[in-house]
Amino acid sequence: MSNQTTDIPARSGNITAVPAVTPPVEERKGLTKKEIAADHPTWCPGCGDFSVLALYFKLIEKRKLWHEKITTIAGIGCSSRFPYFVQGHGAHYIHGRALPFASGVSLTRPDLHVFVFGGDGDAFSIGGNHVNHTARKNIKMTYVIMDNWVYGLTKKQTSPTSPLGFKSKTDIWGAVDQPINPMKQLISAGATFVARTTHTNPNHLLQMMEAAMDHDGFSVIECLSECVEFYEGAFDSSNPRKGGVFNPVPADHDVTDEHAAYKLADTPFPGYFGIFYKVNRPTKNKLEADINAKAMEKVKGKKDWELLKATFARMK
Amino acid sequence: MGWASFLSHVVIGRSPNPRNNLNFMSEATLSAPTSGGSPKISKISEAVIRIAGNSQDGIQAIGGFLARLAGRSEQEVMTFMTIPSTISGGPSIFQVRIGSGEVLSAGDEADVLLAFYQHSYENHINSVKKGGIVLFDSDHVQVKPEWEKDFHHVGIPISSRTVEAIGGTAKDKGKNIFALGLVAKIFDLNVPKLEKLIAERFTGKDESITKTALMAFHAGYSFSLGNVIETFQFVESQKREGAQVVMNGNEALAYGLIAAGVRFGAGYPITPWSDVMELLRRELPKYGGAFIQCEDEIASISMALGGSYAGRVAVTGSSGPGISLKTEALGWAVMAEIPLVICDIQRGGPSTGMPTNVEQSDLNIACFGGHGDCPRVVIAPSNVEDCFYTAIEAVNLARKYSVPVFILSDQSISTRIEAFPEPDFEKVCQDISPDLTPVTTHKPYDLNAPQGVTHHVAPGTRIMDGKYPIATGLEHDEMGHPTGSPKLHTQMTAKRRKKLQSLADELPVPQVYGPPEGNILLVGWGSTQGPIREAVDRARAAGDSVSSLHIKHIFPLPNGLENIFAGFNHVFVVEMNDEGLYGYGQLGALLRARYCDPKIQGVTKCDGLTWKVREILERAKQNIATGIRKL
Repeated sequence: MSNQTTDIPARSGNITAVPAVTPPVEERKGLTKKEIAADHPTWCPGCGDFSVLALYFKLIEKRKLWHEKITTIAGIGCSSRFPYFVQGHGAHYIHGRALPFASGVSLTRPDLHVFVFGGDGDAFSIGGNHVNHTARKNIKMTYVIMDNWVYGLTKKQTSPTSPLGFKSKTDIWGAVDQPINPMKQLISAGATFVARTTHTNPNHLLQMMEAAMDHDGFSVIECLSECVEFYEGAFDSSNPRKGGVFNPVPADHDVTDEHAAYKLADTPFPGYFGIFYKVNRPTKNKLEADINAKAMEKVKGKKDWELLKATFARMK
Repeated sequence: MGWASFLSHVVIGRSPNPRNNLNFMSEATLSAPTSGGSPKISKISEAVIRIAGNSQDGIQAIGGFLARLAGRSEQEVMTFMTIPSTISGGPSIFQVRIGSGEVLSAGDEADVLLAFYQHSYENHINSVKKGGIVLFDSDHVQVKPEWEKDFHHVGIPISSRTVEAIGGTAKDKGKNIFALGLVAKIFDLNVPKLEKLIAERFTGKDESITKTALMAFHAGYSFSLGNVIETFQFVESQKREGAQVVMNGNEALAYGLIAAGVRFGAGYPITPWSDVMELLRRELPKYGGAFIQCEDEIASISMALGGSYAGRVAVTGSSGPGISLKTEALGWAVMAEIPLVICDIQRGGPSTGMPTNVEQSDLNIACFGGHGDCPRVVIAPSNVEDCFYTAIEAVNLARKYSVPVFILSDQSISTRIEAFPEPDFEKVCQDISPDLTPVTTHKPYDLNAPQGVTHHVAPGTRIMDGKYPIATGLEHDEMGHPTGSPKLHTQMTAKRRKKLQSLADELPVPQVYGPPEGNILLVGWGSTQGPIREAVDRARAAGDSVSSLHIKHIFPLPNGLENIFAGFNHVFVVEMNDEGLYGYGQLGALLRARYCDPKIQGVTKCDGLTWKVREILERAKQNIATGIRKL
């Protein structure tokens, strides 16, 4: 009978990872912007995504997050190039599937802050169902959807958030399909933190990111992020500097009131900015940990191989 | 095996059972003929019993009891079952072969058929060997007179007797246990051990259930078969060292993953993979792990990859269509060099295909599925025990080479029950928790790494020079940052290939079963090892020069197979898949492409059933008679 197994590779066998001699015991300072920035972004000059990146850096600086404590994950799209521009562990995954990938990290590594960045194609088209289920399961992470209402990386096709009448290469006469209302979709999917912001208001964007990071659960932000190349001026009416209005969510809005949140979400563009919905519901991380705690309590003090042996004893 | 020479049709006992005492020690049957003459007791070394009924009759439970009993009696056992793909009900069979010696397959033909219904009787009479015994429920089955001369028919009113024994309304419940009693009687099985198994099975339920089950069992056991049927006794098995465990392939696979240290996985329900995920979902929490049911197949491989990326090899799996859905993410794992174990419990395809039938037609997708040059590892377990150890090997290959590894199991091995020696748990169980010790510097895709083998450090690891890696699906430089450089794409593609070439150098060359030179070499992979070896034994006993070679490491192949092939006139690759456009099955085509050896030919079938030993030999002979194919 075959019971050949290969040698167990030890971490010390890593060719490119030499353990540090003695990790210096030092009072670690927060990172500087220089230490957080990696590759120079490949986005077009003027792209809204720059400000999301800049404020992510600011968040890391301000909250004194260390490199190894964050994981930056993205799918595919212009905005999903994000991880390359951040100095820290990261993964550039496949189109639309960043959320389940990030869920695998979040559920196995409670010690990490998991941030996911992506666009409207990732979130509402190819990865639409993953948004629903990550929201319903309330898996702890922060998801920033950089919504530009167009497919930019592939050069101007209709996106699921493109408004009716938007002329793209796939709708030369103007978009005919009803666009998705991101806020309504996220709230109905069961997301426990749903906020809306825009790249033109850096203070607000940072505020939303901080609140999202502090939320224990699946926190999602729709951030309007203009594509100057393929949808210039899309969000002008939300930008006071371009003659628009930036309407914060009314102070008396109850963020735990789902119906009120839908009402806000139904307001025609430019609508409101801020936290639409925020409730506390146990995260999947916690629910799974509870299941484990209960199961492990019953077998306390037993080694893994002893547990398996006991199981096999019942199969004799 | 000396089977009963009575070829008469006997229906026993519509009258009240005369033997109603409750003293059923198995020794009693040795010397206690029931009425008048003495029924013959024959010593046998093995028996094949096929139980046919409907899926809700609990016939799997009878088979399970028999298999488990064999395991506790130091016998070898192998089972085969079919289940309908309908939601509830439908014809179902369970075949169990028990032997005092080595049991390699579930048996071509049954010695005993136990038929609950007319359709069970009519559809399975052909699976009984001439002169074999057909036990049938005379409450439901009308005997066909034309079959009476070939088979020894024994009718027993199983349904009504069960109701009589356990009383009340439980019309269809318990007749499986009654039938188990009958089988126990005929084969002089160890009653105390069976009683214990029955009691264990119903542990935790209402005590009266165990009591009722035991009543049904004893009613069957004490049912007078008169002297019309001989009984049998297995010759003593050789004493084994250590205990045996009894389980099916999916269980062995799942427990193997746990032993290997896997503590996270994700999946989506699909037959016949679901058992593995159900078991992991249930078992992992006590090891501090979790198995997550996802919204779809893509999410499940993605979540598993997230777990692997986070530092500990994770598992996903599926069958049929689910594997197709996972291939894009698989390509990412190859490109990003993230380890992963993917279980493929093969079933009939393409598309929805035959969900509850066996086929080995996923070899191509496992080896080649996905776009781009995308090398990965594919290994296939050859029996239930091997499922356990293959899982451990898969985890370690994935870790060692930072690559996704496919485990190609199939429907037949996943559901068949075998007994095997209890593993040395302390030795095989491993801890593979992530090591987050800080490192000075880290290049995730170092081109100077020997054999191209590199490993990621898990997120959470501090890298002292402040340069952090990105795991990526884009072609990348040594730090994981995107590149369009022709030179780097060439080098990185070679890196991903070279590490698997170096794995091939390390793989053990499989041993030939039978002499290393001769006329015919039967080559197989996966669950067909048993029937192929039995075919070799049978052919050699008949004086034919036949050997076999079983390939576990399918991709990459081990080195040196060409030297083995050189020792034979014919190399027949026996597979459960179609002969394909060019006349070879999937492994056959791979071996021809690899070795350019025209004597490699295919012996394939895709009827959704396992190979019968006879079929393999007939097809091999036919191949020789036809000569080299026109193609």
